[in-house]
Parts: sequence; structure tokens; C-alpha cells
Amino acid sequence: MIGTAAAGLLLFHGRIAGISGIAGGIFRREAGDISWRVMFLVGLFAAGAGWSLFYPEDYVVEISRSTPALIVAGLTVGIGTQLGSGCTSGHGVCGIGRLSKRSTAATISFMITAALTVFVVNEMLGGSV
Amino acid sequence: MKVKIGAFLGGALFGVGLAVAGMTQPAKIVGFFDFFGSWDPSLAFVMGGAIIVYTPVYRWAIRTWQRPVWAPAFSLPTRSDIDGRLVLGSAIFGVGWGLGGYCPGPAFTSVGARSEEALTFGLAMLIGVGGYQLFMRMREKRSGGAVDAQAAAMIDG
Repeated sequence: MIGTAAAGLLLFHGRIAGISGIAGGIFRREAGDISWRVMFLVGLFAAGAGWSLFYPEDYVVEISRSTPALIVAGLTVGIGTQLGSGCTSGHGVCGIGRLSKRSTAATISFMITAALTVFVVNEMLGGSV
Repeated sequence: MKVKIGAFLGGALFGVGLAVAGMTQPAKIVGFFDFFGSWDPSLAFVMGGAIIVYTPVYRWAIRTWQRPVWAPAFSLPTRSDIDGRLVLGSAIFGVGWGLGGYCPGPAFTSVGARSEEALTFGLAMLIGVGGYQLFMRMREKRSGGAVDAQAAAMIDG
């Protein structure tokens, strides 16, 4: 389904289905380039609202994270994806699917630091931050 | 209108796909990266599955399609050099992904599911995204319009 949605966005809109890129573009405020981005994000939001009515277990948070930790995580994801121009979908799925060298390098980079972060949190801090 | 509806449906399908795949459960993300604890490899199949569907469609489309259905041309990344900004930015993103257990897509759709954790994470993420983009716009203006657009634009995804 993720691959199909990404393929659909390419065939119909001619766009890469990178969520961080779609979100970042809204702030760039280029004429005629905003509404499809907003509607895609509204679709994502609506999917969560609708799907969670029937399958709330798909959205459970079973890790222990304090509010400050979530804020730091959100900020680093926000800034990092803009600086690195892509996230899991844009680099990890579409970029690797396009055999892009840049996206492959980016994916290796964020996979390594994600694994290191999980190692520090789980093995050195007891799994709770 | 159809462009907007199409984008909405694309986002909705993507969102349901993320939930079905387990990407909206931070514990699964952390489990995938927990190589020294109880490693859960299932998310490799999520990414692999999406790539397997996407790759042939992409190759077919760029070879045989003149243009996408609703746009005058494909908007695809053209750069191929690996620069420090790309690697450093991605490294910063990875820290946040491992720490919070959400990447951008799952964060957005989990806010729709009224997850409090996702809401906190998502607001901070939007501040990060918006703050970066506004900062880059200010820098562009200050440098007299000498456009660093490529740096600010999402050239990969």
C-alpha cells in the first residue's frame, strides 16, 4: 500500500512521495504548489483518524518517552529531514527505488544514527528517556 | 479539483499503509533498530516491499510516459553528488527517529489518530520543518535574492 500510494503520486502528480518534502514545501509558499501538499497531509491525517476507530491498537505507544524527549525528537526529525532533504519515504523508499546515490547515502546515514540512538537509550539508559 | 482529491486519496492510502505495516507503533521502530537487544526485523520487509512495488513503476513511467496524468512534467530530483548537508541532515533525522520512534509520515497520521505522544512530537517536528524553511528564506532574502533555493528545496524527497 505504501509503494502503491507512492507510485500513484508519481504517475498522477509526477511527484516524489516524500512526506518531509511535501510538508517542507508548504512553508516555501510557491504559488500553485501548496494545495496538493496540504491535501496529501490531510489524507494522511484522515487515515489516522478513520483507521484508529477500528484498529486503535495500531497506534499504541509502548515505549517510555518523556515530553521533553518527544520534543527533542520532533525537532531533530523536523530540522534533520529539511537539511538532509528527505526522510524514510523520500530517501528510503522512493530514492532507493530510483537507485539514487544521494538517497542511498542518506538512508545509510539515518539508519546508523537511529540504531546508535536506540543502543544508547535501550542499553545505556534502561529504555526510558 | 481532481488533483486535490487525488492527493487526498494518495495521502489516505499512504496513511493506512503505514498503520497496517506497523510504522505507527514507535515500539516497532525502536525494536527494528535494537540490534543488541530483541531485534525485530519486520520493518525491513515494509521498506523492501514498498521499494519492490515502486521501482518497476518508476522505471516504466520515466521511460515510456511523456508526462504524469495531472501535471505538465515529472518533478524529479536531478542531483547526484553526496554533500555534507545531506549526510549530516540525515544523521540528525536518524537521532530523532530512534529517540521518538516516529518518522514524518507516521507522525502525521498518528496525530490524526489522536495519539498524545504523536501530537507532542508532531508539533515539535512542524516547528523544526517550518523554522528551517523560514530561516532559509530569510537567508535568501538577505543575500539579495542570490538564490540558495537548491539548498532549501527538497531536492530528493
